[in-house]
Amino acid sequence: MTPGGYAGKWLDVDLTKESISDTVFPAETLEQYFGGRGMAAKILWDRVGKRWSRLDPLSPGNILIFATGPMTGIYPGARICVSGKSPTNNSVIGSTAATELPVELRGAGYDGVIFTGKADKPVYLQVTDYGAELKDAGHLWGLDGEKTLIKLNREVREDLRKKKPNLGLWKEPGSMYIGPAGENMVRHAAVMAKICHAAGYGGYGAVMGSKNLKAVVAKSRGVFPRVDAPETVKLLWRKAHHDLMAVTQFRRWGTGSFYYNCGASTSSEPIRNWQEEWHDEVSTGVNRYMDRYWVKTKWADFNCTTGCMKVSCIKAGRWKGDITDVPDYELQAYCGTNLGIFDTGENIHISTLMDKLGHSGINCPNTMGYAAELYQRGILTEGDIGFKLEWGDTEAFDRLAHMIAHREGIGDILAEGTYRAAYRIAEVKGLQPEELLKYAVHVKGIEVGAHGTRSDKDYTHDMCYSASVQGGDHTSTVTDGYSDMSGALFFDCAVYCTFTSRGPSQQLQFDFAKAVTGFPITLHSWRSVNGPRIITLQKAMLLMGGPDLTWVPVKDDVNPPRFYEPLPSGPHKGKITDKDRVEIRTQAYFQTLGWDERGVPKKETLVKLGLADLEPAMAKYRV
Amino acid sequence: MAKPIWIARDATACSGCRRCELACSMRHEGWMWPEASRVRVFMPFPGLEVPHLCAQCQDYPCVKSCPVQALSTDGNGAVLVDREKCTSCGACIRACPGTVPYLHPGDNKATICDLCGGDPECVKVCTEAGYNSLMLVNEGPNIHKKLYSRDPVEVARDLAIKFFGEKGEEVIE
Repeated sequence: MTPGGYAGKWLDVDLTKESISDTVFPAETLEQYFGGRGMAAKILWDRVGKRWSRLDPLSPGNILIFATGPMTGIYPGARICVSGKSPTNNSVIGSTAATELPVELRGAGYDGVIFTGKADKPVYLQVTDYGAELKDAGHLWGLDGEKTLIKLNREVREDLRKKKPNLGLWKEPGSMYIGPAGENMVRHAAVMAKICHAAGYGGYGAVMGSKNLKAVVAKSRGVFPRVDAPETVKLLWRKAHHDLMAVTQFRRWGTGSFYYNCGASTSSEPIRNWQEEWHDEVSTGVNRYMDRYWVKTKWADFNCTTGCMKVSCIKAGRWKGDITDVPDYELQAYCGTNLGIFDTGENIHISTLMDKLGHSGINCPNTMGYAAELYQRGILTEGDIGFKLEWGDTEAFDRLAHMIAHREGIGDILAEGTYRAAYRIAEVKGLQPEELLKYAVHVKGIEVGAHGTRSDKDYTHDMCYSASVQGGDHTSTVTDGYSDMSGALFFDCAVYCTFTSRGPSQQLQFDFAKAVTGFPITLHSWRSVNGPRIITLQKAMLLMGGPDLTWVPVKDDVNPPRFYEPLPSGPHKGKITDKDRVEIRTQAYFQTLGWDERGVPKKETLVKLGLADLEPAMAKYRV
Repeated sequence: MAKPIWIARDATACSGCRRCELACSMRHEGWMWPEASRVRVFMPFPGLEVPHLCAQCQDYPCVKSCPVQALSTDGNGAVLVDREKCTSCGACIRACPGTVPYLHPGDNKATICDLCGGDPECVKVCTEAGYNSLMLVNEGPNIHKKLYSRDPVEVARDLAIKFFGEKGEEVIE
C-alpha cells in the first residue's frame, strides 16, 4: 500500500527508445529516503553504482530526475527537486525550484520523473491525466525562457481543450524548461520555471540539453495524494501559515533588502569577484526597487504565505520590457555588485538576461566576474574577449552572457564554469593552474553563493562551504555543523521551500511529516539515521566523481583562496576566514557523521546506515 | 437569515498562492484538490494571476440555460447545483459569459461557487494573509457583477498592460 503523501508511481522515460513506463518504489525505500534529494541519490546509486566514476554527466547514460516529496504542495511552499550526476561537481546535487510542476505531477499520480538516454531530436515531456507523451520541441529549441514559456502555456492549454472540450476552461500547465544555455550544455546552466525561478546549482539545465529535452510540462485535474492523518495535517497547515505570516520583514522585502544589507551591514557580499565584500551604496536599497520597479509587491508560489517574491518590470529606458522577480538577493549580488554594478535597473537587466538565457544567476555571473578579474589583471585581454570587460559595464556583461550561452569565442571556455575555465585559460596562456585558481571562488566545482565568511557576520562561517557535499551551494551549508545541513536536507527531501521552513518550529515540521506519511519519523530519527544515510551516500558519489575530474579528500575540502585574503575595506577590514576553526570544526563534523579524519565514511558507518554496498568503493579512498 | 453577499475581487492583488483553492476544496471535498475548487487561479503568464469564480450575474444566464432545472439560487445570491439532476450537458458552462462553471474532476457534474452558505473559506484565507484579492462585501444585485465574469486569459491581457506597459502585449499568445 502506498504510504500517505505519496502519489505512488514514478515515470520512467527512456528518451532513446521513446518508451515511457511506471516505476513503483517499496514503502521501505520511501521511508528511508523520503523523496527529493534523498530519493534521487538512492535511484542514482542503484542504477549507476560501480559505473559512477566512468559516467560522463553529459552523456546519454546519465540519469536526470525530477523528484517531489511527500509534503510537496501540502506543506506551505511547493518546490521540485532536480537531480542527476552533476556536470559541475560530478556528484549529486539536490537542486530545487518553486513551480506548479510538482503539484500537477502529483495530481496526475506521479511522485517524480526519471529520464535516461537521449532523444534524437528536441522533445518535451507532457504529463496529463490522459497519459505521458513525448512531443516535438523543434519549434521551441533556440527560444529564450520567456518565449518558451509563452508558447508552452498556449500549446498545452489548446491541446487539452481539444482533448476535452466540454469540461470548462483548462488552466495552464506547470512547467520547467531550459534556455539556450542549457541547450548548448553550458556546464552550470539552470532548469528554469515561471520565467525567473531556477533550479540553479548542479548544472541540470546542461543535462537536459545533452538529452535534447527542452521542457517538462504537466497538467492534471487529480486530487492531492491522501495523507495518513488528514485532520492533523489540516490543523498543522493552518498553524504553519499562521507562523509564516509572522515573518514580516521577509513578507515585505523578500531577500531584496540584502543588496544593501550584505554590503553595508554584514560585509559579506561578493564585490568584483570577491575582491571586496563591503559597500555602503544606498543606490542598491530595496526601496529603489519598490519605488521604481515592483509592479506586484506580494507574489507567492504555490501554497505560500511568506510571499518573498515581488514582480519587477522596467518600463522606460534602455532595458524597457525586462521582467523578473525581486531580483532575489543572490542575483542582486551576483548580477550586481559582483560585476561592479550598483544600480537597481542595471541589476534587473542582467538578472532578466540570466533568466531568459537559462543561466544559473549565481554560477554564470561568478564566472563572468572571474573573467573580469582576469581582464583587470591583464591575464585576459581585449583581444581574447573581443571587447573591453570593465567592472560595472552592463553592456559588456550582457554581451559576455550571450557568448557563454551560445559558446561563442571566450564564452566556450567560460561555459565550462569557473573551476574548469581556470585550467583551460591556464593552458591557453601557458600559465600554472595555481596562478589562475587563486582567483576562482568555488568549492568543488560549485561557484560559492553570495554570502562570504570573512567578516563572520553573515549566517555563513568557516567551514560551511568547504565541508559541504554540495560545495559552494549556499542553501545547503554546514554552518553550525550537522544541524543546519540536516534541516536543509530535510526540506530538500520532503521538497518544500527553505523560506517556508523559517517561522514554523522544527517540531511542527516533523509532526507534519509524520501526519502526512504515517512513518514514525521524528527530528531525532532524521538527524541520527535518515539524514546521515543520504549525506553519506552523496559524499560517496562525490569521492568517486569522474570521469573528467575527481575531488581529493583534504586537498579539495577547502575554501577558495580568496577567503584567506584580508578584507580590504569596511568595518571588518583585515579579517580573514579562521583556518584553525575550519580545521577543528570540519573534524567535528566528520566525526558526527561517522566519517574518518579525511572525510571518508568509515566501514562501520556504512554498515550501520545500511550502505554496506558502498564499502568496496570507499575502501579505496582510505589511507 | 441569509443576506446578499458578494466576493469582490481584485486580480492585481492576487499573489498566486492558491490557498483559496486549497481552502475551498478542503471545505467542499474534504481534502486538498485545487482542480475541484470553486475558485481557480489562472496564471497565463507569471505575475498575472487571475482568480476565476462565479460573479453572480443579476440575470443568472447559467440558471436559465439549464435544460433540467438543476441550477437555482439561494438567499445569498449563490448559484446552487442539484447534483442529482445535473446531466453534465455543459449548457451552463457555455451560457456563462466568463466560462466559470466546469465539470467536476470527480463526479463530472457542473461545479459553481456556493459562497459557502455565506461565509466563504477562500476570502478568509486571502484576507488573513493580507493579500486581499478576494474580499467579502454585503451588496445585493448590481449590473456590474456580471462584468467580472470574464475569460481569465482576457483579464490577464489587461493586467499585462497595466503591469508591464507595451511589453504586456507580448506575454500572452
